[in-house]
This record gives sequence, C-alpha cells and structure tokens, in this order.
Amino acid sequence: MASTDQTREFPGAKAPDRTGSIDSSGLRLALNEWGDPEAPVLAMVHGGFDFSRTFDVFAPMIAEAGWRVVAWDARGHGDSDHAHMYGWSADVRDHLAAIQSISSEPIVLLGHSKGGGQLLDLLDGRPSLAKAFVNLDGLPSQFSSPDVNDRERRRMRRADLASGLDRRRRRNELTRRPDTIKGLAERRQPMNPRLSREWLEYLVTVGARHDDEGWRWKIDPVLHLGGFGPWRPGWSLDHLAALEMPFLGVLSGVQDDPMGWKSRHSDIEPFLPPGGRLEYYDDIGHFLHIEQSQLIADLVLEFLEPLR
Amino acid sequence: MTRSTEFLLNGSLRLALHTLAEGEGRPLLLLHGLGEQSPMSRPAWTSAWNGPVLALDFTGHGESDVPVSGGYTPEGLMSDVDAVLAERGPVTIVGRGFGAWVGLLIAGARTSLVQGVVLFDGSGVVGGGSQPPTPYVNVLPASGTTKPDPYALLELSRDPRPPDYALDYVRFVLEDSEIENPIVVSARIRPEWLAAVAADIGVIELPLEQAIASFA
Repeated sequence: MASTDQTREFPGAKAPDRTGSIDSSGLRLALNEWGDPEAPVLAMVHGGFDFSRTFDVFAPMIAEAGWRVVAWDARGHGDSDHAHMYGWSADVRDHLAAIQSISSEPIVLLGHSKGGGQLLDLLDGRPSLAKAFVNLDGLPSQFSSPDVNDRERRRMRRADLASGLDRRRRRNELTRRPDTIKGLAERRQPMNPRLSREWLEYLVTVGARHDDEGWRWKIDPVLHLGGFGPWRPGWSLDHLAALEMPFLGVLSGVQDDPMGWKSRHSDIEPFLPPGGRLEYYDDIGHFLHIEQSQLIADLVLEFLEPLR
Repeated sequence: MTRSTEFLLNGSLRLALHTLAEGEGRPLLLLHGLGEQSPMSRPAWTSAWNGPVLALDFTGHGESDVPVSGGYTPEGLMSDVDAVLAERGPVTIVGRGFGAWVGLLIAGARTSLVQGVVLFDGSGVVGGGSQPPTPYVNVLPASGTTKPDPYALLELSRDPRPPDYALDYVRFVLEDSEIENPIVVSARIRPEWLAAVAADIGVIELPLEQAIASFA
C-alpha cells in the first residue's frame, strides 16, 4: 500500500509560517502560526476530529489582512501528544494554557464547532482573555434530536457506553487503519460530505502520517465520535448569555450535515449577549470556513475592523 | 491478612488492585472516595462477605499511576473498574463517595459483570451538583507523581451529576439484572443524584453491613 505520491496542493492553502509547541501541564500541544509575528493576535480553535491545519486556507486569508493567526492541535489530535485521558474540561484547560502562552493581553478568539463550544465555557470563567469572540457553528441547542424518545436516547447512550469501554480495553492494540491518500479521503467524506475530494486529499497530506503501510490519521485511535457524559446543550447557552466581549456567532442552517450542531437562529437569539451579533446561512454546511472561506473571512474581518 | 497488591494495565498506566481478604467465589470490590486510597486492611463492615475482598486505587490515587495533564472524568474512570472486571470477572461493588458514583455508572455499563452495587457515604459524593458549577478554569503545574493528583481533585469535584442522568444508569441495571435488588443505597448524605436514585422504585435502602450481606 506504500505510495510514492505524498503531496497534494489545494488552491489558497498555505502551510504555517511558523510552528512550535505549548506545554499544558506536561502535555505538548503543537502550534501553527500564519502572518506577521508582530501583528495583533487572533487564535483559532478547531473542532472535534479536526486539527489546526484544517485552517490552511482560512487562516492565511485572515493573516493577509494584518493578523497574526495562531492555532494549536487539541490533545490527541494532529501533531499534539496523545493523552491518557480526554475530556471537555481538559480541552478547555489546554486552550487556557495555549492562550496564556501566546499573549498576556486580551486577544481575538475564534472557535469552530466543538472548539467554539469550549471557548464559550472558557470565556464565561475567564472573560479577560478575549477582546472579541467569533463562534463558527459551535452553539449547541438541540443535541438530542426532538424525534428521539427517552427510550431510544437511553439505548443510544448504552451502546455508546459499551463501545467506549471496549475501545479503552483494547487501547494498547488500537491503531489507525492505513490507506492511500485517496482511500483516507474517501473514508473522511461521510463526515465532510459538502467538502471537495481535492480538499480532503490535501487534508490527508497534512493531517495523516505516512509509514510503510500507507497513510494513517494522526488522531489518537482511542478517541471516537460521540462520547458520553451528562453534558447538555442548555449549559453552553448559559455561557453564551454571560459573555461580555464583542461577539459574532455564525450558524450553518444545513440540517443534514452529519457533523453540524443544527442550531437555528431562533434557538440562539434569546441567549445572545448584549450587542452580540448572529449570522445564519441556510446554504452553507457546518464547515463554513472551508466551504466558503472568503465569505466567512470577509465577515470576520468586517466584524473585527472596529477593534483594530 | 496483610494486603497484597497486583498491578493491572489501563493503557500505559498501572492500576493498583489490592487483595484485602482471600476467599472463594465472587469478589467484593471496594471503590474509595475522591482523594482517598484503598484501606490497608479489610474494613470490619465487610465481615459478612465470605469471598475475596478487593480494593482498587483509582488513577492518580494511592499506588496507581498519575497521568500527564489530567483529563479526569467519572466516565473515564469507569475504565479503571472495567480493567478489574476484565481481569477478575463478575464482582459486587461497594463505592464510597466518588466511588459510589463510579460504581453506579459501571454497574449500568457492565450489567453482566457488576452483580450488585452498594452506594455509601464518602468524599466526592456530591460532585459538581446537578448543574455545572460556576466556571473555574485553571492550569496547574505538571504534577509528576503527586498523589492524589491535584487534577483529579479539581476535575472530579466539579463534574455535573444531573438526577435524570443517574437514573439512566439505574434503568440500565434494573433492565438487565437477575438480582432482585441490585442497587442498594446505604449513604446518609443525599445529593440530588443520590436522592433520585434512592427514590427509584427498583432501589432499596439498607445499612451498609446489611447491604453487603444481601449480596453475599
């Protein structure tokens, strides 16, 4: 399965100008940066099962407009260390460690999906970290689909519990399945059905590693979609209402995007902080910043203009 | 007897499993409270149990290893107990405080391997309450080998425990168990999650020694 074809290009994609790492209580998190190192800082936090290089098109657009864009890989994702334990609060703490290592002054924070949801938690407890916050489809409102009854919800939780424990029992034997660039991109497509194959193949070359058997995603194989725990969407909305910095939320209205959080404008609007702004696109999927990079970059830059 | 200790692997970390009493048949597994560790000898309240008495040190506690940079969740620590189940087969659990919460979770997740669970008072029984507590995010210095791990104390004292979430696990146990009363509450402290569990029609309340005797 070894391939000699190990590179892909994608229009507008640009490797980071600088790389480094952050220490979070002994765990090494990989850091990527684009733009002028002296420019004001805008930090980007990726979503679950993504990694910071998924910003390879979007980040350079922001950097080109005069920002120092910084992004790190979450624990177990991308080039960051794999951890023994994972959890929402540990990710939030890692974000704090990263932000504090980057700047002692408030910076602009942008989070996509799970990264946006985690920044909501962080900024409720640590509002002084941010001078503005942009949340890209990371505002949960109906985690449990309304047509799922209690019995079905319990059945799903139970199945998730068993598979999670089984996976942890086998964690020392788990590896990511090797494949070709094309094969790995095809396997990712169901999570990203609206993104082009060309983009997904590019992602393989920056988010997977190559060995004698082929390409494997770098993400820790013990991690799986779903997870379990008592978390519920309303808790995140409480954090949203408590924010005090300038806020821009951007929602995808595409209801059949498998990774989307499917929040509607009317779900979120009542919880907007004072002066908060909410944009809704019913024709752009969950990965707004990839599917419509320039449109979303222009929106973010326009929102940030008064803060320059 | 002086306790003996074996080490089980959970990923790359070692878990200390202590034998406090030898015996034949299904073991009684003791789960300690938050920040505690397993007792050095068999507690008197286990006297009704004729089989082996085991005690597990949770990750970051007692003689078990400390992970790098925390990440503790009660759901994650279910895998500590699951490592014992994989090694020793079916057990009956007595959980103290935080161990009671994990005991209920693992009883619901591994219904064929946890044959009865007793929920008892102890450190960490409350957790973060029914709703998430006031946000508090802090980065601690790398803890190395400090025990109990400061991250365990921070993260496991703030985890939300909604009553309806606890009752999901009660349902899992009751739907599968072949024991007449598989969940017994012996705790006197009743945070909302435990009050809801105790009020469930399938759950009974007994003093600790009687509770253990009911599973012997």
